[in-house]
Amino acid sequence: MKIHEYQGKEILRKFGVTTPRGNPAFSVDEAVKVATDLGGQVWVVKAQIHAGGRGKGGGVKVAKSLAEVKQYASQILGMQLVTHQTGPQGRKVKRLLIEDGADIKKEYYLAVLTDRASQKVAVMASSEGGMDIEKVAHDTPEKILKEFVDPVVGMTDKQAENLARGIGVPDASLKQAVTLIKNLYRCYMETDASLAEINPMILEANGNIKALDAKFNFDDNSLYRQPEIVAYRDLDEEDPDEVAASKFDLTYIALDGNIGCLVNGAGLAMATMDTIKLFGAEPANFLDVGGGATTEKVTEAFKIMLKNPAVKGILVNIFGGIMKCDTIAEGVVAAARVVHLNVPLVVRMKGTNDEIGKKILKDSGLPIISADNMADAAQKIVAAVAH
Amino acid sequence: MSILINKNTKVITQGITGKTGQFHTEKCQEYANGKNCFVAGVNPKKAGEKIFDIPIYASVKEASAATGATVSVIYVPPPGAAAAVWEAVEADLDLVICITEGIPVRDMLEVRNKMKAKVAAGGKETLLLGPNCPGLITPDEIKIGIMPGHIHKKGRIGVVSRSGTLTYEAVGQLTDLGLGQTSAVGIGGDPINGLKHIDIMKLFNDDPDTDAVIMIGEIGGPDEAEAATWCKANMKKPIVGFIAGVTAPAGKRMGHAGALISGGADTAEAKLAIMEECGFKVTRNPAEMGKLLKSLL
Repeated sequence: MKIHEYQGKEILRKFGVTTPRGNPAFSVDEAVKVATDLGGQVWVVKAQIHAGGRGKGGGVKVAKSLAEVKQYASQILGMQLVTHQTGPQGRKVKRLLIEDGADIKKEYYLAVLTDRASQKVAVMASSEGGMDIEKVAHDTPEKILKEFVDPVVGMTDKQAENLARGIGVPDASLKQAVTLIKNLYRCYMETDASLAEINPMILEANGNIKALDAKFNFDDNSLYRQPEIVAYRDLDEEDPDEVAASKFDLTYIALDGNIGCLVNGAGLAMATMDTIKLFGAEPANFLDVGGGATTEKVTEAFKIMLKNPAVKGILVNIFGGIMKCDTIAEGVVAAARVVHLNVPLVVRMKGTNDEIGKKILKDSGLPIISADNMADAAQKIVAAVAH
Repeated sequence: MSILINKNTKVITQGITGKTGQFHTEKCQEYANGKNCFVAGVNPKKAGEKIFDIPIYASVKEASAATGATVSVIYVPPPGAAAAVWEAVEADLDLVICITEGIPVRDMLEVRNKMKAKVAAGGKETLLLGPNCPGLITPDEIKIGIMPGHIHKKGRIGVVSRSGTLTYEAVGQLTDLGLGQTSAVGIGGDPINGLKHIDIMKLFNDDPDTDAVIMIGEIGGPDEAEAATWCKANMKKPIVGFIAGVTAPAGKRMGHAGALISGGADTAEAKLAIMEECGFKVTRNPAEMGKLLKSLL
């Protein structure tokens, strides 16, 4: 799960990480009020969407008067902000963060994430803050420092100091940087984050170290024990079809092609998508019906796939194990009737009771095309859609 | 022979009294020598009772002491699953198979590091398979997990995969071609897990009854590349490789918690390339895994 920058900064402050003062605003008037309440002479007006690259896309502006705050807030609120992470259609800005301007002397990069290879928590820092960190990692990997933390032991002062010194934090500010790094680590662990990134962490002219940005991802498996994080969820930032699917325990991800797929199991679902591409077409979605696919779930899955106007055909690929093929076949027939299916449907079933399943499909009188294996199924649906 | 388990393995079921645990314990008992293999269950509140004729003990330690069981399988729900793994490790079992899907990553990180610390301190090493996996099976001998037993056939091919249904797909193809399996192993779809591709490949390499292996991976993480590099230098048997997720977009979690492209090195294309470079016979057509393997024998 992702959250907004202003929410991330609220969390950081709870863990003792210093950030610029600021508050969210949902309207232009509110933006001006937040700026007025903050006082001072310089404010930053920042678009709040769940995507990076906001500055380059015109979603971050420095205002030197309340009139400018108003002007920038009006420009940014409601705009379709396009960044390298939003896709060409961009994302509509519905929230702003108004905060104090910062007196930036130096920008650093700091992040915490889980390292799969070492099974430790990696804390990464770089002197090259404010940049695209993937580019830094590619061009100058020596400029990214890493400390691997054993979660049972926790992060030591020494590890935090290695990072702070390594990226060139001046001696006078070292203690602040060490505290910030350790607090960020503690925040990462206690909130069950899967990524906590501060880009940039800044050194101000007066020697203070602050988090100027905050990007968090959280482990979905842990949300049941993180009610405060769940309260930050912004459904406007999520794909409504993915949200609807999750209510039925379906994992759905929309893609750009025109062949809908309904599969049991995540690996088989990806493999099915890949096979469609192998035979010259593109999948319209990833959809895993999981282990217990009832008629209700299959019907919902069909409805969600068919909401996508690009879908010109559907491929169902089921490997029946515990889940029996005849049960799935009944679900498919019922679903096809409920949604008045008017695109070609290819069904491949294998495993427990597959022969009974195939007979149910055949006897239904529906124009369902049966396939023997994944490749056969993919070729048949690609051909049917091409007609 | 086989890897990790055989018809003489004695198994404790943790979470045997839950709905999932009951359902699958019954299926495992029905398979091959299952009646003799599944010897104990654990539930502190129901110690002294029986379920499907299997005695229930208060702890893994007690169950192991009373029955001589050295392996456990876990169906405990996510909030308590990592603690269940640790209980089995503390009881010095040989192998723990965690089926549970949806365990918090932090819990798995902590238990994995505790397991490594125990071994570093001279304690007995307990292997972990999973979590979020279908388990493993040695056909006609024993099945520990949730895979459909009847699609398997005893034979000389090893199968290892992160995905459940994709493992079944490979096994089904092999069986249809008349090729049986020594063991089929699901290592699970989570980012922090126990045994990895490389560990299973080492076991298949050392198993005199395994002639060839199908290794199936997916997007996300470094495991397949690590295994491929090891195989290039050490593996004496032909390998067919497949990676799911050529069409998966970066940054999206594709069902499995660990199936997430996070950089250039863990895309399906990158993994296929390194597997090919390391001498695997790679296919981009998952319907042909079995046929391709047959052509190598």
